[in-house]
Amino acid sequence: MPLNKDIKKVLVIGSGPIVIGQAAEFDYSGTQACEALKEEGIEVVLINSNPATIMTDKEVANKIYIEPLTTNFIEKVIEKERPDSLIAGVGGQTGLNLSVALYEKGILEKYHVNVIGTSIESIKKGEDRELFREVMKSIGQPCIESEIIMDMESGKAYSKQLGYPVIVRPAYTLGGTGGGIANNEEELEVILEKGLHLSTIGQVLIERSVKGWKEIEYEVMRDQQGNCICVCNMENIDPVGIHTGDSIVVAPSQTLSDKEYQMLRSASIDIINAVGIQGGCNVQFALNPNSFEYAVIEINPRVSRSSALASKATGYPIAKVAAKLALGYGLDEIKNAVTQKTYACFEPSLDYVVVKIPKWPFDKFFNADRLLGTKMMATGEIMSIGSNFEAAFLKGIRSLDIGRYTLVHKDMEKLSLEELKEKVMAPDDERIFALAEMIRRDYRTEMITKTTGVDAFFVKKIKNIVELEEKLKTYTLDMLSKDDLLKLKKVGFSDRGIGDLMGVSPNEIYNLRMKWGILPVYNMVDTCAGEFEALTPYYYSTYNTYDEVQVSSKRKVIVIGSGPIRIGQGIEFDYASVHAVKALRKMGIETIIINNNPETVSTDFDISDKLYFEPLTEEDVLNIIDKEKPEGVILQFGGQTAIKLARFLTKKNIKILGTNSAQIDVAEDREKFDALLEELGIERPKGFAVRQMDVGLSEAKKLGYPVLVRPSYVLGGQGMEITYTEEELGYYLQNAFAKDNKNPVLIDKYLMGREIEVDAICDGEELLIPGIMEHLERAGVHSGDSITMYPTQNVSEAIKEKVLEYTKKLALGIGIKGMINIQFIEFREQLFVIEVNPRASRTVPYISKVSGVPIVELATRVMLGEKLSSIGFGINVYKEPEIVAVKIPVFSTQKLPLVEVSLGPEMKSTGEVLGIGIDIHEAMYKGFLAAGMLLKKKKGKVLATINDHDKAEFLSIAKDLYELGYSLACTSGTAKYLKQAGLQVEVVRKLTEEEPNILNIIKNMEVDLVINTPTKGKDATREGFILRRAAIEKNIEVITVLDTAKALIAATKRYNTDFAERNMNIYNMGK
Amino acid sequence: MKAKLILENGMVFNGRAFGYLEETVGEVVFNTGITGYQEVLTDPSYYGQIVTMTYPLIGNYGLNLEDSQSQTPKVKGFIVREACDFPSNFRCEIKLNDYLRNNRIMALDQVDTRALTKILRNSGTMKGIIVLEELSESYVKEKLQAFTNKEAVFRVTTKDKYSIPGSGKHVAIMDFGIKANIINSFKQRGCKITVFPATAAYQNILSVNPDLIFLSNGPGDPEDLWMVIENLKQLIGKKPIVGICLGHQLLALALGGKTAKLKFGHRGCNHPVKDIEENRVYITSQNHGYFVEELPVDTLVTHVSLNDGTVEGMRHKTLPIYSVQFHPEACPGPRDANNIFDKFLEVLT
Repeated sequence: MPLNKDIKKVLVIGSGPIVIGQAAEFDYSGTQACEALKEEGIEVVLINSNPATIMTDKEVANKIYIEPLTTNFIEKVIEKERPDSLIAGVGGQTGLNLSVALYEKGILEKYHVNVIGTSIESIKKGEDRELFREVMKSIGQPCIESEIIMDMESGKAYSKQLGYPVIVRPAYTLGGTGGGIANNEEELEVILEKGLHLSTIGQVLIERSVKGWKEIEYEVMRDQQGNCICVCNMENIDPVGIHTGDSIVVAPSQTLSDKEYQMLRSASIDIINAVGIQGGCNVQFALNPNSFEYAVIEINPRVSRSSALASKATGYPIAKVAAKLALGYGLDEIKNAVTQKTYACFEPSLDYVVVKIPKWPFDKFFNADRLLGTKMMATGEIMSIGSNFEAAFLKGIRSLDIGRYTLVHKDMEKLSLEELKEKVMAPDDERIFALAEMIRRDYRTEMITKTTGVDAFFVKKIKNIVELEEKLKTYTLDMLSKDDLLKLKKVGFSDRGIGDLMGVSPNEIYNLRMKWGILPVYNMVDTCAGEFEALTPYYYSTYNTYDEVQVSSKRKVIVIGSGPIRIGQGIEFDYASVHAVKALRKMGIETIIINNNPETVSTDFDISDKLYFEPLTEEDVLNIIDKEKPEGVILQFGGQTAIKLARFLTKKNIKILGTNSAQIDVAEDREKFDALLEELGIERPKGFAVRQMDVGLSEAKKLGYPVLVRPSYVLGGQGMEITYTEEELGYYLQNAFAKDNKNPVLIDKYLMGREIEVDAICDGEELLIPGIMEHLERAGVHSGDSITMYPTQNVSEAIKEKVLEYTKKLALGIGIKGMINIQFIEFREQLFVIEVNPRASRTVPYISKVSGVPIVELATRVMLGEKLSSIGFGINVYKEPEIVAVKIPVFSTQKLPLVEVSLGPEMKSTGEVLGIGIDIHEAMYKGFLAAGMLLKKKKGKVLATINDHDKAEFLSIAKDLYELGYSLACTSGTAKYLKQAGLQVEVVRKLTEEEPNILNIIKNMEVDLVINTPTKGKDATREGFILRRAAIEKNIEVITVLDTAKALIAATKRYNTDFAERNMNIYNMGK
Repeated sequence: MKAKLILENGMVFNGRAFGYLEETVGEVVFNTGITGYQEVLTDPSYYGQIVTMTYPLIGNYGLNLEDSQSQTPKVKGFIVREACDFPSNFRCEIKLNDYLRNNRIMALDQVDTRALTKILRNSGTMKGIIVLEELSESYVKEKLQAFTNKEAVFRVTTKDKYSIPGSGKHVAIMDFGIKANIINSFKQRGCKITVFPATAAYQNILSVNPDLIFLSNGPGDPEDLWMVIENLKQLIGKKPIVGICLGHQLLALALGGKTAKLKFGHRGCNHPVKDIEENRVYITSQNHGYFVEELPVDTLVTHVSLNDGTVEGMRHKTLPIYSVQFHPEACPGPRDANNIFDKFLEVLT
């Protein structure tokens, strides 16, 4: 069927802020969908609260609303824009849930909006567990024995009948939030209570545990006429029981015979026919490894993280095709974008192996409970492609950016076999290294399979790697023959890995490779295993014989991407990389991107002229540079992952465009930076770089506590803390030197002032600041976790001038060509510099959007030699917009057990939303609403425990809360203070006192908000920590900085009525 | 040990020998199926061919005694990137290497199969020889020239007629190298089956008075089978006739159509075919090097390949004759088009 001509204007709902379980993959799929719709001449109206996305760019949709994702605000957009259709399946679970809500509230009917693509009825069939089970029953597809439970008692009764262990899965949540495996009734009580609460409809499913079965996924598509295809199947190395988002996944499946493969493929197709999918769908199966028995775990009737992975693994653009299917096209009417000859109605054939490995935030939160289960904890993922499993796997390990190049892991070497066995049986993020260590000690591989459920095939593959590693440990350089080295490279070993094992430098291995001519070739991801000529410029390295890359003689530039999404290096950097490529293409320069993140827009094969899907290590990047011989390499947009390569590339005589390696070093090396500040007469909080414990303690004494400590070369404030006593500092230094004894630790005087931040572009002579931002929270909260206001609200003209002056001095002093990000503190009307990043930062996307300055494009042009004065956006500070934008961070801490909730110098947020308003109040209200923080009066009570420093300041907040009709419950100290000031307060017992105490109040969800300003350090046994964790696990908002509380209450106060929200404006940012 | 594939055009691909170590000559073709190597090895349509798999890891799940499409492997040689020597699957009964060695099939691994595939795609299917030692150019040339596959069908057809009881329609199968799952597909529909050798005279077939005659798949160029075609001509109009793959091509020739060789064939599990009668697309399993280039008079195209537009099925306008080029019996590949067997039986009504 051809295009449905009645569709003229389509509303697309994005997925909102990045949280665990819903990351950059929906920017990728949403952007593809918008572009596919626009290609057909359809007007696209987009709503998404996340400004760090490509999809909210002017070029992607016709009308762009960066507004809260609530039915009220979507209704406003619908009312204003009057779209005729809505596409529900491209904005993740958020988009899907909102579409259902709009339908159920009658909003779609009221405005005559049709749902195109998979219908609401079909979405419900796929999402509502009861309906889904009925559908499965009607077509004879086995589900895992289960029952929908709505209260604790029936949950216990059913679990008893089923027999433990049981799995608890809440309905309508993402990333399995609130689910888990219960081994007994006590565990069930905890998990079930949480699950019932977290499900938006108060429903959970309790099911028979098929722990240990293989988990297999199929990505399938169906058009209006019922034509179906399977794009890809994937096998999880981790068995059922570990969330697929936390599993290592291989595509295609490796251990299924054709019979099993086709059995599950047919089942997938029967399922999407029965559900009535029109678009893409993900189907998950559990397969008994010892028979043909299988069960359907669940389906996702939309594009998903898995579909993004399948798209990158095969080259088949699922989201794009899904959008076309929604418009009425048949699969046989859409051209295969890769071959441009065949049609979208075919099944990709792979001639390589793809491995996906999750990226967890535990390198940052080492106190977290790392145990993997049915709840997803990974913030991002990497994908790697190889000609064999070992190569793809080893590429994957080094793509993770965790400093690992082999499977050797010092911590595992220290463990006994018993401890290792425990570790693989209760698996965490490092289980693979534990498993490798067991193999290293000749533990029987059959038993590993038996105890872990990891298929013998994969265990043997890991054994292959371990055996080679052990052999290499005995080698010296002169023993390594050309054949040995070639074999190692074919198996996927890196020069660094080989060097580490042999105790020589990677450069020596590199030199040997050059001597013997052992170079990788690049093969194409072409969807068809070479059967047809393909035009996709999408490559991976392999040590085969035949190179498929045509190196052009054109002017070209390589842009290095930022790798997996992690806290501190998120989607913002992908945004910047993509814009750099777009700018270069506009300039007529051939663009090449290197990246390893399957979730992102930058790794969509039609973004750049060539895409190399490769690890971002020195060796992998250099191989491509050696081959392509670009004019230069751009590192400024790939976050710290890219910047880290500067020194190495310079040593190899590779030209880095813009700010060079020596200049980067001036900004990042403490001593050099201090010298520069001295020379420029710019102050920073006093501080020192120390390499020894005793020096650190004595210097800190001179500065006076509190002091801010952090490792040099940091990302997102990793390892940064404020210490208040010598004891705390001593503990910190001891740990820091144990982890890294090469780089110094920085100790600074901590100033509690107003933080100001700028992103600027410098051409070596002139400078442009697109916008000066002000942080809401006082210094000490990481800039990524602060609420940021633009334009500034409380900064004087004099300080702004000083900001410009300092920024200019610093940029010119360092020699910046391109981007610079600076954070200042205004303390007693004096300006101090606290941090300089010689690269793009996470505020670039939002400032670009609000100011209208295409920051990345300007920076790219400047790097290639253009002058700001001739580009047309002027110099110095760009004019301020008429609207106000507030960036509010969004956290996924709830999903990370035992991770500290309170804000501090270490970044914790995973995403952000933007509130846009005519004034700060409207912007702040929308921001809090979009972030899900706005106070909703349910119980009408707020729990407050405030430390002594903050009590006086809290008084006004308490008064405001009373005015809003809230009562206060406080522990004795806080209560006493407030009572003295004449306020009525309910006194609650402390955690250490008898029950019912403060913890019961939280557990019984008697309050709407917890305001808790912490006392000290990171200690999981402390009272405050336990309270904060308990609260967020109950979905109770926790605020730990009074500035945030003040702003939140002001917003609530001013716009506390429905009437006000109804009268709020929405702003089209697409103009 | 080291070994190499030498192609007709002189190109050499180095690899490592496994299976049964003995020089072998054949027509080199590639298959893009990710799973199903056991079914490929044992599909008689590959008789005379050296098959290379585009998927790099082959042998991962071993082989079993259930999934073979005929009793022995039929390929002349097998080329893969990496042969798995530690298979894992609950049904795995024998390893790839051991299976090939015991069945005297020469195989190569550690070959850049993508490069080989692209050569075959660009230059077309060609002959090749897998050798274990350095041999003179003239020897190789002679060997390649001497290779022919004209007798293929007669090597793989059943020697004797045999019957399978059933309570349903009586299907007479002409076996040109039939895959086991075709017979199974008729069995599952309750058919009584009589299987005839390719050389069976039409009188013998008619003498069992079947309800339906089925022409099977099989190896080689249909135009080499002129005797079979003449024989078929005598059956047309007398009984309903259906066919798959080579059977479809032979039927087209017997009705006066033309066949031709495809540049590099269709071999894999991901071929989209449009059913024109239903206006639906099916993903099909395919394995053919020849195709019906020109339809016979009085026939209609029922199926067409979405990839290259070639004929994938035809139906006679007046007679109960219907055939398809692809493999509805799957094994390996998708089972989406399995209803073709129902359509075969509907020809009767």
